Amino acid sequence: MITAERKPLEEILALIEPYDRILLVGCNECVTVCAAGGRKEVALLSSALQMARMKEGKTLDTVETTLERQCDPEYVEELVASIDRADAVLSMACGCGVQEVAKRFKEKPVFPAVNTKFMGASERQGVWAERCQGCGDCLLGLTGGICPIARCSKRLLNGPCGGSSNGKCEINPDVDCAWQLIWDRLKALGLESRYEDIAPPKDWRTSRDGGPRRIIREDLAS
Amino acid sequence: MKEFEPVIVAFCCHYCAYTAADMAGTMRLSYPPNVKIIKVPCTGKVGGVHIMRALEKGADGVIVAGCLEGDCHFKDGNVKAAKRVSYVQKLLDEIGMGPERVEMVTLSAGMGERFARIAAEFTESVRALGPNPVKEAPAGRARAAAASS
Ligand code: SF4
Ligand code: SF4
Repeated sequence: MITAERKPLEEILALIEPYDRILLVGCNECVTVCAAGGRKEVALLSSALQMARMKEGKTLDTVETTLERQCDPEYVEELVASIDRADAVLSMACGCGVQEVAKRFKEKPVFPAVNTKFMGASERQGVWAERCQGCGDCLLGLTGGICPIARCSKRLLNGPCGGSSNGKCEINPDVDCAWQLIWDRLKALGLESRYEDIAPPKDWRTSRDGGPRRIIREDLAS
Repeated sequence: MKEFEPVIVAFCCHYCAYTAADMAGTMRLSYPPNVKIIKVPCTGKVGGVHIMRALEKGADGVIVAGCLEGDCHFKDGNVKAAKRVSYVQKLLDEIGMGPERVEMVTLSAGMGERFARIAAEFTESVRALGPNPVKEAPAGRARAAAASS
């Protein structure tokens, strides 16, 4: 999933300062799962923003809604029904959702209420960790299912580096060394020999280095 | 000027605090009428938004009262509630309200006396904080759910 975290209240309050009517829009997908911008978080933020305003003797009208998916124009279209009741939109979706709303409603300022962080997985309840950087040419088949791009601090393709000690990365004793994990896993699979293969330099054009990316499925594209 | 009488909302777990409040009554222990009890099946059912809405609507303080640690009827609803309470405390701090208006307490069904004492102490500490600053806000505020949600 795409993970996110709510911005500090102070920052959000500053963003919406000039506006008295806010459409607060959550998303039912990733940000719901990582408890950053689903229905519950929308309700909490709405309450907090209202109280912050009321405390100053001012008012704030909020319209709360949570779309099925904020990164799909079909769902963003549902906001047509409520957009006129707001002077600005505050989105709790990831950056993709915020941009879809901004694209659809050009006449309204749209602000992000969360910081979008990374593509990750739940390690346990309430803990999410980075797992993939969307490099566009997946190497997991060679590395025992552990991503050296997202999980090695140096993105080494032929690790570990000299900083690996007791299975931990030199940047932080709480961070597993990805290459230790890769080695352990290859060993468990009886694929140690694969470790000897030197990975050639990666072609980063499939990643962000090739500019903004897009996928076109001819069979589906309209 | 009329003396400030705080309104305290107490979310009380059916299995402990609610019964303890009952017990306090049976024992003829008095506790401040400021405390308005809302019975919940478990404090684990109390979400951050319930606490926030209580304050938003004018409560001066909120207590979430659950079972003693290890005694939750639903395993760990009270532990979850305690974490949510501290999350809400931080949120309140972020908007400059301070964390003190919200408190998590634990007790068993037999602790009528403890319930009465907590109710009295919390009422006094909220009295000392003064009225919820949100209460005095001008009318006209509104919150609504969009038709699509
Ligand atoms: S190798 Fe690339 S695509 Fe595969 S998990 Fe890592 S970053 Fe993601
Ligand atoms: S210690 Fe391991 S994870 Fe850290 S940079 Fe070196 S190889 Fe990568």
